[in-house]
Amino acid sequence: MSTPPRAIDIGIMSCHVCTLVIERSDDPHARCPRCLNRVHVRKKNSIATSWALLLSAAMFYIPANIFPIMRTASLSSIDDNTILSGIAELWKAGSPGLAVIVFTASIVVPVLKFIIMGILLISVQRSSGFIARQRAKLYRFVELIGYWSMLDVFVVAILSALVHFKILSRVEPLPGVVYFGVVVVLTMLSAMSFDPRLIWDNRKSQ
Amino acid sequence: MSDTNQGTPPPGEDLPQPSLRKSKGVSLIWLVPIVAALVGISLLVNHVMSAGPKITLTFLTAEGIEAGKTQVKYKNVVIGKVTTIRLSKDRTHISVAIDLDKEAKGFATKGTRYWVVRPRVGAGGVSGIDTLLSGAFIGADAGDSEEEQDTFTGLETPPAVTHGAPGRRFTLHATDLGSLDIGSPVYFRRIQVGRIVSYALDKDGKGVSLQLFVDGPNDRFVSKDARFWNASGVDVSLGADGLKLNTQSLATVIAGGVAFQDPPGPNDGTPADEMAEFNLFNDQQTALAPPDGKPTYVRLRFAHSLRGLSPDAPVEFLGVKVGRVVSVNLDYDPATKTFPVVVGALVYPKRLGQADQKLRDAVGGPEETKMARLLHTLVDHGLRAQARTGNLLTGQLYISIDFDAKAAKGPKIAFNESAKPLEVPTTAGDFDHLQEQVSSIVDKIEKIPFDSIGKNLDGSLHELQGTLKQVNSDLLPEAKKTLQGVNRTVGTANDALSEDSPLQTGIANTLEELQRTVRSVRAFTDYLGRHPEALLRGRGADAAPTISSPPSSKQGKEPQP
Repeated sequence: MSTPPRAIDIGIMSCHVCTLVIERSDDPHARCPRCLNRVHVRKKNSIATSWALLLSAAMFYIPANIFPIMRTASLSSIDDNTILSGIAELWKAGSPGLAVIVFTASIVVPVLKFIIMGILLISVQRSSGFIARQRAKLYRFVELIGYWSMLDVFVVAILSALVHFKILSRVEPLPGVVYFGVVVVLTMLSAMSFDPRLIWDNRKSQ
Repeated sequence: MSDTNQGTPPPGEDLPQPSLRKSKGVSLIWLVPIVAALVGISLLVNHVMSAGPKITLTFLTAEGIEAGKTQVKYKNVVIGKVTTIRLSKDRTHISVAIDLDKEAKGFATKGTRYWVVRPRVGAGGVSGIDTLLSGAFIGADAGDSEEEQDTFTGLETPPAVTHGAPGRRFTLHATDLGSLDIGSPVYFRRIQVGRIVSYALDKDGKGVSLQLFVDGPNDRFVSKDARFWNASGVDVSLGADGLKLNTQSLATVIAGGVAFQDPPGPNDGTPADEMAEFNLFNDQQTALAPPDGKPTYVRLRFAHSLRGLSPDAPVEFLGVKVGRVVSVNLDYDPATKTFPVVVGALVYPKRLGQADQKLRDAVGGPEETKMARLLHTLVDHGLRAQARTGNLLTGQLYISIDFDAKAAKGPKIAFNESAKPLEVPTTAGDFDHLQEQVSSIVDKIEKIPFDSIGKNLDGSLHELQGTLKQVNSDLLPEAKKTLQGVNRTVGTANDALSEDSPLQTGIANTLEELQRTVRSVRAFTDYLGRHPEALLRGRGADAAPTISSPPSSKQGKEPQP
């Protein structure tokens, strides 16, 4: 089976921003002649950075789920909800559609990202050529869905800004939402620092 | 295609750059997970460090308590939260697990009390209204003890006094609880200064002990001589000065209460000690009365009926109330085959005031038998008990101990000094004599032959009826006719007397005529007076014209000047 040649092999590279194809240079200070963005053959420390951010995100994911993210204070009661209990409450309150959306955005997407990024990183580290094309697709998928996890953070932010009816009803953000926001940002950064071109490297060495 | 590309020699193939990059060492990016780990660890440590003691409360019901929401508050500061609620195995109560804050460590000690604060509406007032909206919470009140404890039995009602509140506790003894309850107010000069904290039956079941708490600084008004009385309800008294209605406050009418005050006169005003014991009197009057001292039980034996004498009827000595009747019982005397009434009464000698002391001094001798010997001398001087009518309307009797002059002169009655109880001889009351007299009168009245009187009266009435019938049938028509005749006569007379009747005119004419006659007679007599000779000589010739009309007017005017 023949594989298409990599740019690195034919001595060229492209700018990440303006996609200008230029001659390969290993100088770390090389810049794109057109848009002056930094160019490199492969992202520097891509795997390590990606791993580090992914692990931090995973660590923050624990307090994000344990701590309550939102306090709903109404006339008769004060409710502190974690992500999961909020979803359960939505479900019980008769809006299963909303519950599913929040569940997808807050639980499914971050967990998927952890798993996919983990698979990508491990497979790259092991120089596996297995289903390389699918893995490339997975990476693009992760980049695409990454920011949707911010939904929960926005919900809390908007609600606490809007719902301020003194004693009648009040919504306050709680520390959990900060951790959750950090998780989402970190996973996005992790995905960004991952260089998908690595998928195609070293395949022959397997 | 790939072959051609691979065939071309890559530019700079001999450069050893890749190894240079790798030698840069650990990237700074690993600081991020380290920070994340630190944050995580710090959160964990914080959680462990801030975790306070876990305690378990038991309540009869979990009404208003919600797992994960209900808070534990002390002075309205949150010190913990309910984590779980479980039913006990025997289903008699529930147990509530609570995570206390770390600062609230002192609440997991012995003596701390917990209760559920929920809206309560009672006769004494309304509390916990704020929990209507916010939901119930668990109130806490820490004790003094340092000893740790993690299982508590929750109170079903909020404690009346929080720990460490300024004030003092006192104990009251009463015969019954009345309408008092935990939280019933304690009044001093009609200002609420405290409340009842708890009550319990005495161990022997013969009374009730109440604990009350008087808030500082008013607790200093509870002196050693203070008198407490039950201020519940409305005190209506009818005295010589009219109807009196006395209450402490409207709340006590419904919910009951206790009031206290120093007795009038000299007394020990030093504040009473904590947990000092007092008696609870039934009303203010008895409470403020001088102390009765030890009562003496005496027995009275009456030979006649004592209808209207009930227990608690007063016993009076020379008009001073010295005791009360406690029992009225029938006895049978086989010797005389009579049923004497035995009355038991408690007499408080101290109510005699100075007299009591002086009498005791006069009698002398050992203290135990003093009363008996004292009574003996008094009986020798004619002391007798009598049942008298206190109220003519209701026939209520009271016992009056008085000196009977007749008895003093009469034969002495044997008085047994060693008898227990002492027996005071009795005489029949005034009213009993009166009763006898009344009964003899009634006997006499009974002898009157009302039956025959009635019969005779009946016959007479029959006769009267016959007579009346006769009058009706015979006499009345006649009388009617007569009346008609009279009527006619009166009509005729009326006609005759009316102004335009001929009779009237005739009379008027006659009268005018008569007037004229009289006038001429007067003229004649006047003339004769002036001219008496005319009788003999006849009338003068020229005098005649001036006489007839002017003389009357002249004569009328003459007396005026």
